[in-house]
Amino acid sequence: MAGQSRLWHFHGGLELPAHKSGSTTEPLTAAPVPGVLIHPLSQHIGSPSEAIVAPGDYVKKGQPVASATGYIGSPVHAASSGTVIDVGPQPVPHPSGLSADCVVIETDGRDDPYVGYDPLINYRTLNAPALRARVRECGIVGLGGAAFPTSVKLNVGTGLKSLILNGAECEPFISCDDMLMRYRAEQIVSGAQIMLHVLEIRHCCIAIEEDKPESHQSLLKALSAAGDERIEVVRVPALYPEGGERQLIQVLTGKEVPVGGIPADIGYLCQNVGTAVAVARAVLRGEPLISRIVTVTGSGVAQPRNLEVRLGTPISHVIDACGGYTEAARYLVMGGGMMGFPLQGDQLPVIKATNCLLVASEEDIRPRSPAMPCIRCGDCATACPAQLLPQQLYWHTQSEEFDRVEDLNIYACIECGCCDLVCPSHIPLTQNFRYAKAQIWSQKRERERSDVARNRFEARNARIAAEKSERARRLAEKTRMLQTGAADPAAKKALIDEVMKRVGDKKDSSAEESGKE
Amino acid sequence: MFLAIVAIATLSAGFGLLLGFAAVRFRTEGDPVVDRIDSLLPQTQCAQCGFPGCRPYAAAIVSEGADINRCPPGGDATIRALADLLDREPKPLDPERGVVKPRAVAVIDEEVCIGCTLCIQACPVDAILGAGKLMHTVIADECTGCELCVEPCPVDCIDMIEEPVTLSTWRWPQPVDSTGGSGSPARQAG
Amino acid sequence: MQFLLTRPPHLRPAVNVTRVMAELLVALAPATIAYIWFFGPGIIFNMAICVAVACLAEVAMLAARGRPSVAQLSDLTAVVTAVLLAFALPPLTPWWVAATGAAFAIVFAKQLYGGLGYNPFNPAMAGYVVLLISFPVEMTQWLPPAGTDLTAERPGLEATLWYVLTGQLPAPLSWDTIGGATPLDDVKTQLGLMRTVDEVRSGPLYGDFGARGWEWINNFIAIGGIWMLYRRVIRWHIPVAVLLGIIIPATAFYIADPGNHASPAFHVFSGATVLGAFFIATDPVSAATSDRGRLIYGFGIGMLTYIIRAWGGYPDGIAFAVLLMNMAVPAIDHFTVPRPYGHER
Repeated sequence: MAGQSRLWHFHGGLELPAHKSGSTTEPLTAAPVPGVLIHPLSQHIGSPSEAIVAPGDYVKKGQPVASATGYIGSPVHAASSGTVIDVGPQPVPHPSGLSADCVVIETDGRDDPYVGYDPLINYRTLNAPALRARVRECGIVGLGGAAFPTSVKLNVGTGLKSLILNGAECEPFISCDDMLMRYRAEQIVSGAQIMLHVLEIRHCCIAIEEDKPESHQSLLKALSAAGDERIEVVRVPALYPEGGERQLIQVLTGKEVPVGGIPADIGYLCQNVGTAVAVARAVLRGEPLISRIVTVTGSGVAQPRNLEVRLGTPISHVIDACGGYTEAARYLVMGGGMMGFPLQGDQLPVIKATNCLLVASEEDIRPRSPAMPCIRCGDCATACPAQLLPQQLYWHTQSEEFDRVEDLNIYACIECGCCDLVCPSHIPLTQNFRYAKAQIWSQKRERERSDVARNRFEARNARIAAEKSERARRLAEKTRMLQTGAADPAAKKALIDEVMKRVGDKKDSSAEESGKE
Repeated sequence: MFLAIVAIATLSAGFGLLLGFAAVRFRTEGDPVVDRIDSLLPQTQCAQCGFPGCRPYAAAIVSEGADINRCPPGGDATIRALADLLDREPKPLDPERGVVKPRAVAVIDEEVCIGCTLCIQACPVDAILGAGKLMHTVIADECTGCELCVEPCPVDCIDMIEEPVTLSTWRWPQPVDSTGGSGSPARQAG
Repeated sequence: MQFLLTRPPHLRPAVNVTRVMAELLVALAPATIAYIWFFGPGIIFNMAICVAVACLAEVAMLAARGRPSVAQLSDLTAVVTAVLLAFALPPLTPWWVAATGAAFAIVFAKQLYGGLGYNPFNPAMAGYVVLLISFPVEMTQWLPPAGTDLTAERPGLEATLWYVLTGQLPAPLSWDTIGGATPLDDVKTQLGLMRTVDEVRSGPLYGDFGARGWEWINNFIAIGGIWMLYRRVIRWHIPVAVLLGIIIPATAFYIADPGNHASPAFHVFSGATVLGAFFIATDPVSAATSDRGRLIYGFGIGMLTYIIRAWGGYPDGIAFAVLLMNMAVPAIDHFTVPRPYGHER
């Protein structure tokens, strides 16, 4: 890949209207600190973190309020100083609309910084585990949307070919990475240098889509200032879902990540540009992850723009910082126009994975007309970046033939929504595939559980049968002894004594029991 | 005429011998169909079907022609799977056998338990720990939700508690308007 | 503030079934005008009858099946089926023939299989084949194209209407004076009489590169087809494969024995070749689904068409070829599942 001269293609994909200009005209600014911060303890897959503060505690800005549990975990830090007023269930931004444990902080407006993480300016003298520990204790996760703990992702051993920084922000409406690349290019470069040091490799490629010339210029400038020859910038054609790490790797290298595997299996590691900035800040300045850039856009918001938002800020507060809602606001989506999920209320907090808040009007959103029958046009298969056959997957999902769905490799589906958008019958394909995956998963779990139950049931039956036959055998033995033992009065006497004693015991114990009752 | 009788008789004898030999030579221990049915049943061992466990029910389906709609814990999915396997028509769950309920686990109110061991004896999968006159408790992971322990408890201290949905156990539901006007193949079949 | 829920992807989709079908109908417009030019106004009646009967049949069947009928009628798929069937009928067709075909297409070939999306056979072609077998006389009486000196008289609007309504030509017209065989029929008969292709081709039915009149209708159909490709209503795999499926064997036999085999140009520009390639074989419901599968499916239709034309009992074979390949679709789909991302090649 060094000296990137050639690009490849991934299958399918869509050229979508970008809807980005609305949010990129205003400069990047910081949203004010809200009165209340809500920090959910579970912000990604893996184990939820554990609260280490209690209501009434005073916390400083950047102080950890929850610690990571388990390897795939990440701590949570207070985004500003103030008093913890609650540790308990609160509604969280999640497709389910469920509540989960959160730490709620009433801010005091002082923004008192916590001094707990020394800047590691000389990170080159440190080894990889030490730097990964810093990334972990600062709560850094992937900021592209999945929020997977970065320290885990960086722990892939040595021998990688290349680090890929993902600046291919292909999803409509989202422009937070674009703004980040325009305003914080030098931090991206620093983050890349740190990660190259951790991974002990000598090549990094920053991928930018062709429709972001400002970002490209700004990165080139930062690169020439840094004078680092290990890092190159590659422009890739703008095509959704190129920002998916598997698709981006295919475009840059022509190689496919094996199904069920990770990019490191073929020698690549993909990180979002925002993650690189977070890593740079954690290492060079000792700043934990307490804020991120969020795109606030759509025709339902008065002044669409990008803001640096403290994590935990309620969405309504962020919208207020953008001039509030317009008359047209009907829908609130966390994420972009393709893969974001809808929210019902705006009292939910911004979390680490919140890259975009899309406030949409009726005209922006697909009409809620009922689906028509599939006409097998195959446009879905043409658009599918995973080269699946969505209509056949749909067919089998509808008839609940989940083993067939599995045979057709449903797990290769990245839920990008391409098939859904091109379907002339407006069938909710993506939702069906999510449902199918969930069903397959829960069927597997049920199967495992029932296998365990069967084993235990059989073991119990075997035990009862064994006890029964043992009792029968003992009875037969005794009968035989009583009959044959007549010849030996002493033995007979001993036997009778033993039985009498046992009967006596039993009487005592039953008397005791009835006395109790 | 005579020749025809001889030929048919010879053929019958030949095939009869062949079948007899095959029956002895390829004899299978146990009944694979029973095993396959058993593997489709949810193994709650709840006996709601009227048989003393899942395997006895499986055996009854094969030997007594018991209906395939007698398993409430398995619900429609199990009935459909059984119908597929046995090539029978799927039918709705027999309401006399019970109703489909969300999965639940037994929880013993440890304040009230008197340690009588009756529930331990009732549990088909040995999921209750305890001893005489000592407080009992349910191993939640092993509990199949069969409810067999609820009835014997003399002090009614066992409750069936539904598993709460959390962020990690929540799954995407089936989309509602997925078929539009025309029905899905599944619905047409059903 | 409370918000409504939407489902991802949230963007507005650009296409819907109605629009796809409407574009297909628009794409047929130039060819329809050419058809009227060469064969008179009969096709207008055919289309009107077929569309009316097809829509009625659709509504009745949907109502009988307890489905919302008006909503589904608006998808225009029944209209498309009817129009394609009308295109395949002879220019003069009694109304009951057209009506039977349209009714069969909708009731038996489409709705009884479960309606839109569930029909294994192309409804228009199923209706056409039923007519071909049930009304062999009516279905093979063609008019010679305009511009030939074969006939002194051509049926006008009134005569056409009279024939459509009664099945009788008004005096003094008779099939002996106005009728003619289709060029494909002619070639078949003449070659059967041991004439050579050159002799046959010198006849008045033949134009510059295909059959007279037909070649131009086919050109206009092709224009419509190319427009559909441009509009992404259809994709290139099936049309190209169908044409190759005809051109390759036609070229091979033409080179080997030009005396007894019509040229590839003649095969492409006569009969329903181009209509079949762009409008009929591309019916997505009854076609294969993957790109590779569609190439196989289309090529099979082309080959079978050539085989039926060259050695079969009927002059044109598109309809039979399409129905035969419809039957092969499940097998084709089974063997052409593409390799998903991340799987071994």
